[in-house]
Amino acid sequence: MGEKKAVVILLIVAALFAVVPFGLPRFYVYLIALIVTTGLLSTSLNFALGFGGIYQLHHAVFYGVGAYGAAVAITKLGYNPWLSFIIGPLIAALLSVIMGLICVRLSKLYFGMLQISLGSLVWAVVYRWYSFTGGDDGIHGIPVPEIIASPEGSYYFAMIVAALSLYCMYRLLNSPFGSTLQGIRDNAVRSEAIGVNVRRHQLAAMVIAGFFAGVAGVMFVVVDNSVFPDMMFWTLSMEITIMALLGGWFTLLGPMLGAAVIVALRTFVAAYTEYWTLALGVVCMVVILFLPEGILGYVQKISKKRASAYDRG
Amino acid sequence: MLEVRNISKSFSGFKAVNKAELDVKQGEIVAVIGPNGAGKTTLFNLITGILKPDEGKVLFKGEEITGLPAYKTCRKGITRSFQVVNVFSRLSVFENVRISVLAQQQKTFNLFTPSRNLVNKETTDILESVGLMGKGESVCGALSHGDRKVLEIAIALGGKPELLILDEPTAGMSPEETTRCIDLINQLSKNLGLTILFCEHDMELVFAIAHRIMVMVRGATIIQGLPDEVRCNQQVQDAYLGGSDVCSV
Repeated sequence: MGEKKAVVILLIVAALFAVVPFGLPRFYVYLIALIVTTGLLSTSLNFALGFGGIYQLHHAVFYGVGAYGAAVAITKLGYNPWLSFIIGPLIAALLSVIMGLICVRLSKLYFGMLQISLGSLVWAVVYRWYSFTGGDDGIHGIPVPEIIASPEGSYYFAMIVAALSLYCMYRLLNSPFGSTLQGIRDNAVRSEAIGVNVRRHQLAAMVIAGFFAGVAGVMFVVVDNSVFPDMMFWTLSMEITIMALLGGWFTLLGPMLGAAVIVALRTFVAAYTEYWTLALGVVCMVVILFLPEGILGYVQKISKKRASAYDRG
Repeated sequence: MLEVRNISKSFSGFKAVNKAELDVKQGEIVAVIGPNGAGKTTLFNLITGILKPDEGKVLFKGEEITGLPAYKTCRKGITRSFQVVNVFSRLSVFENVRISVLAQQQKTFNLFTPSRNLVNKETTDILESVGLMGKGESVCGALSHGDRKVLEIAIALGGKPELLILDEPTAGMSPEETTRCIDLINQLSKNLGLTILFCEHDMELVFAIAHRIMVMVRGATIIQGLPDEVRCNQQVQDAYLGGSDVCSV
C-alpha cells in the first residue's frame, strides 16, 4: 500500500469516528467508546504478547491499577483530574517495573503463572481495602473535567487518546527497539548471541505495555465515571488475550478488531441469552482451527499472496 | 587469541565436556572434530557464554571471559552461528541481519527512529558478502535450507566479530551448497581477516580448509595440531577415523 493511500484511508476512518456522535444513539456512542477502550487494553497486551513473545497472562491488573490510580487521585486525594490522568498510567508502569523485575527471570508459562499470582494479590488488596479503594463496590460518580464530562466529550477524549496511543505503539514497534523485541520473540537465544540483553528489553516492553494499559484504564474512568475490582480480575485478562488472538496477534490493529467482535457479541448475544459465552466458545474454536494468526493475520496473508501473484504477472 | 584451559561441564552427572583444551591464534581457521556427542557444541556454548562452565577458564585476547553472559561475550568480539538453524523466523532476511547490526551498534534501545532508516548500508554489505543480496525481502521461512545456514553466518557477521564460531556450517547442505559454503568461509578468512573456529562432520571440508584441527572424544581433547599430525595420530585413528590407516593418503 502506498503512503498516500494509507493516509487517505486513515483520514476517512478518522472522519467516520468523528461523526459517530451526530448520527448514532447515545448507547452506541458509549459502546464504541467502550470497544476502543478495551481494544487499546488488548493492543497494549499484544505489544508484550504478540510482538515481545512475553506471556503476559495477567495484563488486566495494569489496566485496573491505572484506572484506580486516577480515580483515587481524584476522589480521595483531591488532585486535579488532568494530573490524575497522567498519574494513573505512571503507577501502572511502576507496578510493571516491580512485577517485571520479579517475573522476568522466569520463562514462558512460569512467568505467566507468577504474574497471575502477583496480580491476584493486587486484586485482593483492592477488593478488601474499603477505606481507600471502595472495596468490592469500587468508586462511582468520579468527577471529570467539564469538557469531557458529556457522553460526546468522553467519546472524543477516548478516540483522541486511543489514536495517540496507537500511533506511539506503532512508532515503537517500528523502531530498533521494536525490531529487537520481535527478534527476541522469534528467538531469544539467538538475540542473546548477537549481543542483546534479552531481559532488559523484555522488562522495557512490559513497562511500555503496562503504561498503555493504564492509559486504557484512564479512558474507562472518563467513559464510565467508575472503577471496580472486576477491572483487574484475571478473567478480564483472559478475555483480552482472546481478543488479541482473535483479531490477529502479530498485527497492530488486530486486537482492536478482536475487541469489537467480542464486546459486540457480549452486548448483543447477551440480550437474547445468558449463555453468550457459548457463542464466544464457538468463535474461539473457529479461530484456533481455521485462523491461527487471527482475522487480520489472515487478511494480511491473503493480500500478500495476491500481491506476489500480481508481481509474477 | 582464544585460549580454553581445562574446561568442564556436566549435565546431571554426565560429563559433556571434560577438561578440554583449545587454542586459536589470530587469523587462523581452526576445526574441532569428534564423533557425535563428543561435546563440540557444548564446548562452543561454553565459549560463547550460553552455558557456564563448572571449572576451567576461557581467555579472549588475554582477558578472562569465563562465564560471561552471551550478550557480553558477543560485544567482546565473538559471534557464532548455530548447528540447528536458529534465525528470526517471522522476519525478512534483511531484518534478520539488520537486528544484528543494530545490536552491535547498541542502538536497540532507540525508541522512535524508524528501523528502516538505519544501518541499511551495513546490512546490504553483509548480505552482499555472503551472496544473499537478491533474497533480502523473503521471509526466512521461505528460504532453502542452505540459504538459511548462510543467513546464520550473515547474522553472526552483523556483530562485527573478530572471532567467528560456526557450529557445523554445512550440516544438511547439498554438495553444491557445501562447495559454496567452503568458498564463503575461505573468503571471510582472507578478505575480512576473520579468525574462524568451526566444528564439522564433513572430513573433506575440515582437511580442506582448517589450518589446525582439534580432536575431541568423550568431552576431552585428544590432540590439537596441523592436519597432517592429526591424520597420523594413532589415538585419533582408533577413536574416530575408524582405525584404518589414512596417514598415507
